[in-house]
Amino acid sequence: MNPLDLENGLLSLLIWLPVIAGILILAVGSDQKATMVRGLSLGFSILVFLLSIPLYTLFDSSTAAMQFVEKASWIKAFNINYHLGVDGISMPLILLTTLITVIVIISGWQVITQRVAQYMAAFLIMEGIMIGVFASLDAILFYVFWESMLIPMFIIIGIWGGPNRIYATIKFFLYTLLGSLLMLVALLYLYNVSGNSFSILDFHQIKLGMNVQIMLFLAFFAAFAVKVPMFPVHTWLPDAHVEAPTGGSVILAAIMLKMGGYGFIRFNMPITPDASHELAWLMITLSLIAVVYIALIALVQQDMKKLIAYSSISHMGFVTLGLFIFNPQGVEGAMMQMISHGFISGALFLCVGVLYDRLHSRMIQTYGGIASTMPVFAGFMVLFAMANSGLPGTSGFVGEFLVILGAFQANPWFAIIASLTLIFGAAYTLWMIKRVIYGKVVNRDVLSLSDVNPREIIMLSILAAMVLIVGIWPNPILEVMHTSIENLLQHIAISKLP
Amino acid sequence: MPDMNLVSLKTAVALPEIFIAAMASLILIVGLFLREDSRDRTCYWLSLLTLVATAALTFDGIVGSPISAFNGLFISDPMSALLKIAVCLISATVFVYSRQYNLDRDIFKSEYYVLGLFSVAGMMVMISADHLLTLYLGLELMSLCLYAMIAFYRDDKLAVESAMKYFVLGALASSILLYGMSLIYGLTGSLELGAISNTLSAIDQSNLALALAVVFVVVSLAFKLGVVPFHMWVPDVYQGAPTSTTAFMGSVPKIAAFAIIVRLLVGGLGELHEMWQQMLIILAILSVAVGNIIAIAQDNLKRMLAYSTISHMGFFLFGILSGTDAGYSASLFYVIIYATMSAAAFGLILCLSSKNNEYDKLSDLAGLSRRNPGLALLLLILMLSMAGIPPTAGFFAKLSVIQSLINAGLIWVAVTAVILAVIGAYYYLRVIKLAYFDSPVNETPVSARSDSKAVLTVNILLIVAILPWIGTLISICNDVIAGFGV
Repeated sequence: MNPLDLENGLLSLLIWLPVIAGILILAVGSDQKATMVRGLSLGFSILVFLLSIPLYTLFDSSTAAMQFVEKASWIKAFNINYHLGVDGISMPLILLTTLITVIVIISGWQVITQRVAQYMAAFLIMEGIMIGVFASLDAILFYVFWESMLIPMFIIIGIWGGPNRIYATIKFFLYTLLGSLLMLVALLYLYNVSGNSFSILDFHQIKLGMNVQIMLFLAFFAAFAVKVPMFPVHTWLPDAHVEAPTGGSVILAAIMLKMGGYGFIRFNMPITPDASHELAWLMITLSLIAVVYIALIALVQQDMKKLIAYSSISHMGFVTLGLFIFNPQGVEGAMMQMISHGFISGALFLCVGVLYDRLHSRMIQTYGGIASTMPVFAGFMVLFAMANSGLPGTSGFVGEFLVILGAFQANPWFAIIASLTLIFGAAYTLWMIKRVIYGKVVNRDVLSLSDVNPREIIMLSILAAMVLIVGIWPNPILEVMHTSIENLLQHIAISKLP
Repeated sequence: MPDMNLVSLKTAVALPEIFIAAMASLILIVGLFLREDSRDRTCYWLSLLTLVATAALTFDGIVGSPISAFNGLFISDPMSALLKIAVCLISATVFVYSRQYNLDRDIFKSEYYVLGLFSVAGMMVMISADHLLTLYLGLELMSLCLYAMIAFYRDDKLAVESAMKYFVLGALASSILLYGMSLIYGLTGSLELGAISNTLSAIDQSNLALALAVVFVVVSLAFKLGVVPFHMWVPDVYQGAPTSTTAFMGSVPKIAAFAIIVRLLVGGLGELHEMWQQMLIILAILSVAVGNIIAIAQDNLKRMLAYSTISHMGFFLFGILSGTDAGYSASLFYVIIYATMSAAAFGLILCLSSKNNEYDKLSDLAGLSRRNPGLALLLLILMLSMAGIPPTAGFFAKLSVIQSLINAGLIWVAVTAVILAVIGAYYYLRVIKLAYFDSPVNETPVSARSDSKAVLTVNILLIVAILPWIGTLISICNDVIAGFGV
């Protein structure tokens, strides 16, 4: 195939293929045909992943301009366009989405036995929507994808979740909805001042007064800070994570949280640069609180999923910290942290899922000494735990190191406080490992545990490989991001005050 | 004395209204000569045919310039054509939904559908009214038929009670409207909306009588729309009326109400925009707040939908009060989408209900996704659309209304509106929760008649499937409002 042909419409294909596949599976699937449904879902998710690889191979990393652009008029009356495109910031996140979806489909293979078609369809549809979020260059198109994403997740937590799932899923939905709607008001305001354009790239060019910028910044902040989530609007996350089925937790941690960070990069920083500088102290303070305080909360958790959820919030603090110190190391570190956190937190949730499928408990005290009965699994989990605490050679190290490096240039104190996470992060992760993997067997059920089966080995090894490859050789990712990030930083260094 | 013959009156302009009124009378007479066992069914089909034919007759009017007829009593413009088509088609849809329900309750009578047709005729007159008298005539024709359609279920105590309640309050609202109209007549010396508008621009706007007139008109319209604090009748009537009638009165009259508001407030009293804008802001915010908050406490589905209507009518007023063409167009778009959703919501209840179960309690929905996955999916789409969550048409309706508020500089109103919308999202989500996350009380599958289920499926899927073409619908709304020439 001529690569030029592929460039036209590749993003549309990536968005709509999984959505259509999901609807198809919903239409034909029933629990009697569960095997067929699983096979179809896996097939489609792998196909989408393979189709997303050209995004990387055909990507021109020498330019910050949008690539793979598609544009068609959608709603003429409001000048809303079907406008897609990616740059070095969104492209890696799309690849992360397609890869993680494959793993999520594998992880639900044996575990989900009821309403299989609905489960698989929800994840496939969500994959398309999430790619849409990263690829949209029109604000309303972005918003449509952004909010649609809540629907499959709402259903996934509500149907296949734990005992307190209904509280968790409604809290998740309403929390994010409130933030999103304030963003909608901001988008409509920008539409009116930009002379009737919803193009995000046009928004980047509008001159805005300081007060207006601050209001807009706060409106966007409401949407993205909830998604990241930043302290103090993080309270939905532990609930949602704990109640969600494993697949749901993985998608939440690996991709949905990244949308908050992506939103800051795409909206807050370039649209309201002066307000971003003005309010950087707030963002940095909240980030540091998340990094330190949430890490301390993680330390005392008894529930493994809750512990990883808090660990996610703490790690995402690095992302917002990196972004709002406005230097290349910081922003690149933030991006690396997002991608690496996608692999590591996803993997840790899968590990908890593996244990939960066997003993139906997420409590740390249930386990102990499983290294003796599940040696292969123990190996994987220790690797991911090390990565989570930022061991050099794993992907967890790259992002945190870059952010701390950037923070040092901005203000050494930021770096010193942020570095505390290397201690706390290691403390809560390794302490959990000590109590779950090693130590004495306190629960007789542990003795009868069977080690990971081939299916689980496949999904864990893919993530383990990614963690190591990115940790040892991060350049391929840094290279594609570099120009776009340079361009972003140049853009926000220029004041937009009229 | 103006010349009075059929040519100068331009009777042809009112062809759709004449046709539907004539057909309604004809069906009434035909019913007398048919055998008992086939009468109601024949009249039902004839009524459906009439509605579709009326919509077809109206179709030409959607382009072109306004034509005034009957010496300024009546106007036909693109806006009226669009509204009439919507009224006819949605009424036909509701009639299809009502069939099985009415059969089960022994109210599947030819007269029921004839009343429906007359009510639609009333709405069409209202939509095309260019004169206070025609406007009032249409309004009363519509309302009186509605009272009778509620009381039609005469064996049911609640239905009769709500018919009485609706009648008394409706009559009160009408009299307030008449009083307002008489004040306007006294001040301007005219009943013609165009003439009123012209005269008002020359009148001192601090005139107390003028303020009173506007207050009376706004209050009566608020009564008819059911916005807070004139909403007390809505929940009782929606709950008490037979669901088939609720479906009808909860959807199409709102479209006609849009016409009366635009013609009266924007066309007639447009000069006093600042005066009624202030009143509408209060009414709209109160409606959205009260509607959304009280809906949370309901355990009856029809009652919950009644409060949901109240909040939707608040949103609908947001577009009107912004006072721009974009705002009126947004309201028009909103009301068409709303009527479609409302018809579908009650249609869903009608589909689910059986001879001895009204299926109107929220708890009846528990575990619907296991008892009938198809209907549950439709319910999911519908509730998300009513909550204004993308990717549904309901989102775009809210989007255009909020956009018009921001465009008019009413940003604080917009922010209040979206925060209240989040509160509203809760009770829609609760319905989804019941249908999807809860276990059913009994596992027996529920089924629905295939004809109403097919129409319902089309009706609800349209809410999502229209998305690629939703721009066209918005453009049509913009065009017809531009043609209205405010």
